[in-house]
Amino acid sequence: MMEAMAIPPFERFYAEHRDEVYGLLVRRLGRQRAEDAFQETFLRALRAYPALRNADHLRAWVLTIARNVGIDAFRRERPEVELEVPVELPSRPAYAELEHLTDELPPTERAAVVLRYAYDLPYAAIGAALGSSEDAARQAASAGVRRLRRRETR
Amino acid sequence: MTVPTDLDNRFRDAADREGLVDVAYDLSDSPVGELLVAATGRGLCRIAYRPDAALDELAVDFGARVLRVPRRVERIRRELDEYFEGNRREFDLELDLTAVAGFNRQALDELARVPYGQLTTYGALAAKLGRPTAARAVGGAMNRNPIPIVLPCHRVVGAGGSLVGYAGGLERKETLLRLEGALL
Repeated sequence: MMEAMAIPPFERFYAEHRDEVYGLLVRRLGRQRAEDAFQETFLRALRAYPALRNADHLRAWVLTIARNVGIDAFRRERPEVELEVPVELPSRPAYAELEHLTDELPPTERAAVVLRYAYDLPYAAIGAALGSSEDAARQAASAGVRRLRRRETR
Repeated sequence: MTVPTDLDNRFRDAADREGLVDVAYDLSDSPVGELLVAATGRGLCRIAYRPDAALDELAVDFGARVLRVPRRVERIRRELDEYFEGNRREFDLELDLTAVAGFNRQALDELARVPYGQLTTYGALAAKLGRPTAARAVGGAMNRNPIPIVLPCHRVVGAGGSLVGYAGGLERKETLLRLEGALL
């Protein structure tokens, strides 16, 4: 097995992903609203950064944070709309199957399950990505797994 | 899509304001090349001649949240500029030496007392530390000095007066000593 990469200094992580994150947010929210969401995305990442154990899936992680920050921003503006924004995760062949299996889960549960079991991120980091706590992330993942099991046995 | 500069700056300031930065740094031009200047909440913790490698070392020593936040090291940069212009002989800065322990730490504390423009030797520093035969160990401590220039390891030379060595390269050591008038 390959040895896990050390967590890079935050500056390097930020410099590598900021343009992609900004682009994603501008496409979803427009240039003006993207600015606040951009700052919030990297502040969340910074808060959870010490909880990371390895550097293997930092891109998937920060893009998930950005998507959820984007969803939150959208909900704040139009609270009456029931949002069905799919939480897309960057596709990697090895995880394609798990992503496919989980595509009927509610967005938050799906993100928690994929980040936990496909990307092996710690719950504290998943909580940051989802804009919730470590406990809430653990509960979302286990709710997602229960839902998958029920579907299996159906 | 490139992040606008003002947005980038706002994020850096917000991160610092929220206390989420373990180490703040900036890059600074100087007569001895580009320097990385870094500080923790305790004070100046690093001056580096090789900024890229220093980022990784800072992450190991002080935490991975290493971020460029220019205003946090503004005062340090100003004092360095004054030093290089010949207008400052002593630095008035808080230092964070928590990453240096034991004999190396004692050697740096002793080094800090060597005045501007004066030379000392590895052996003389060792003697002051009560270990007259430890000149080589003093050399090792100088080699790993995390805050060169401010902690003046460039003022430490061999017993015969030869410059001997410098982690930043002998050329830089010579430049600093000429600036201080210690070399003709």
